[in-house]
Amino acid sequence: MANENLIEIKNLVTHYITDDGVVEAVNGINLSIKKGESLGLVGETGAGKTTTALSILRLVPDPPGKIISGEIIYNGEDLLKKPIKEMRKIRGGQISMIFQDPMTALNPILTVGEQIAEVVRQHNDVTRAESHQRAVEMLEMVGIQGERAHEYPHQFSGGMKQRVVIAIALACNPHFLIADEPTTALDVTIQAQVLEMISELQKKLGTSMMLITHDLGVVAETCEQVAVMYAGEIVEYGTLEHIFNHTSHPYTEGLFGSIPSLDKSVTRLKPIKGLMPDPSNLPSGCSFHPRCEYATDLCAERCPVDTEIEPGHIVRCLKFEDGRHGEW
Amino acid sequence: MAKTLLEVKHLKKYFKVSAGLLHAVDDVTFTIEEGKTLGVVGESGCGKSTLGRVVLGLLDATDGEVYFDGKETTKATKEERHELRKDMQIIFQDPFSSLNPRMTVKEIIGEPLKIYGLCKTKEELDERVAKIMETVGLADRLAFSYPHELDGGRRQRIGVGRALALEPRFIVCDEPVSALDVSIQAQILNLMMDLQEQRGLTYIFVTHDLSVVKHISDDILVMYLGCMVEKCSSDDLFDKQLHPYTKGLLAAIPIPTIGAKKERVMLTGELSSPIEPKPGCRFAVRCRYAKDKCFTENPVMEEVLPNHFVSCHYVREINGLD
Repeated sequence: MANENLIEIKNLVTHYITDDGVVEAVNGINLSIKKGESLGLVGETGAGKTTTALSILRLVPDPPGKIISGEIIYNGEDLLKKPIKEMRKIRGGQISMIFQDPMTALNPILTVGEQIAEVVRQHNDVTRAESHQRAVEMLEMVGIQGERAHEYPHQFSGGMKQRVVIAIALACNPHFLIADEPTTALDVTIQAQVLEMISELQKKLGTSMMLITHDLGVVAETCEQVAVMYAGEIVEYGTLEHIFNHTSHPYTEGLFGSIPSLDKSVTRLKPIKGLMPDPSNLPSGCSFHPRCEYATDLCAERCPVDTEIEPGHIVRCLKFEDGRHGEW
Repeated sequence: MAKTLLEVKHLKKYFKVSAGLLHAVDDVTFTIEEGKTLGVVGESGCGKSTLGRVVLGLLDATDGEVYFDGKETTKATKEERHELRKDMQIIFQDPFSSLNPRMTVKEIIGEPLKIYGLCKTKEELDERVAKIMETVGLADRLAFSYPHELDGGRRQRIGVGRALALEPRFIVCDEPVSALDVSIQAQILNLMMDLQEQRGLTYIFVTHDLSVVKHISDDILVMYLGCMVEKCSSDDLFDKQLHPYTKGLLAAIPIPTIGAKKERVMLTGELSSPIEPKPGCRFAVRCRYAKDKCFTENPVMEEVLPNHFVSCHYVREINGLD
């Protein structure tokens, strides 16, 4: 089983050490993604989703960021132990990332064709002409006419720019793609086009993907596995079916209760009370307990551990430990 | 029948830009009854925010009329407008840039009261502000905080509080929850609905999020490149939408249920430019039903079914109505 995993994250801890204290962004997460599979990483602002992604590529700004401990096993090797030179070869080549904001992810003074060709030259032994040929092919693959390769980012609309960013990420046929909120800045009709395209390309190229988003609807349509993050921890992890139909963690439950539904009419939403905790001052015990409607005194004292409640469905909540199946 | 509070007739707003005239709002007509919510939806650049601002008189209309409580506001003088603002308020989209960073929470909420001289003494002002803060769920201790010390949800509560300070009857909500996380978004939506119930407020709720608009609105107006394409009750829009654009828009929303993926009629292409638009239906280039007539003649809004307005030449054929 284990060698099927393309990437395996074990106990990853990433902190930002600032003058005002230590920001505990990622606190011991475990994840694995198989070949060709797509995992949705869901959570709200400040949950540590992007820091997790940056940790995999070792792009966490240091200082103040620091990967404290953990292992990221990719193809049997620990990425965290690799020299920087080798990491450079992996980034953009075998593992690549689609960044959140297409407006700022592109260089405004280089043509889009050059920006794609640059990645190709970096990772392959090709001539300038060959790399530009590849850039034109990539643009056509994401649905932009090849002759626009010599245009600059400002000549493209938001949806088009996001396509260019995707073309850059896929130019070297990566094995693993990290998409950090790839459609958040886009309108729904364009979002639908872009998501469809990512899924199609992913299937065609057999790429594994980690899709970071806060939109549960997007996850339901694109992913097979789901991990829900809260305050730097993965609180629930399982297949789409586990998370959506057997929702177990109170936080996941709260997330679903907060979304206005299109097919059911509810007069009032059931929001999660309170606010996301400050990651430089996390609550004791379970970090969700101050907002949790099921919390007991025990929750403030003891940190919950991962509990497998059905094969492949992991929940980090005291309610499911010691043989309690969600009942106190 | 409830009383009509706001009536908008053939409202137009054009902006002069170097490339020509930008048709931000083009011939929009609707009414809202007191105590109801009209949702305005559309993608970026469709003119929904401009519409809200023109209705309030924050931008001057190029043409058309707005009647608030029977009075025409588009021709109001400066003084009349000043008075009208007491009844018509706005909540802005971005709780980060719409609050003065150098004012405390108390000063921000108290400012409208000061401008209108509604409180005679300092004690009275303090009391009113404290009451508003309580209504919108801001703790007392935050009265002397500055906006940068607070998170997005609390900042948006200040925005709501400031809009409520003058006890208006009508509020334009311009994407008030778009910048917030879902759990916080739900808190603010509930707050706004509670306030509407308690005070009989009337809202125009501008948003691009269709699930939010369905949740909060009685009627919905769909806009595309400055034009209205469909207007009907919230339920009708989701069950029996008639315009091809609305259909495409609804099909594009990702649904958080497994296997909910419907037969998708994907919209292809992107929005065209609203600068000096060509005659004909603005959606025609992306519409799969478009025929020659769509590229030459402007469609007009007509009542296809009771209280269900659509602007499309072929709406009856597409939907199999007679």
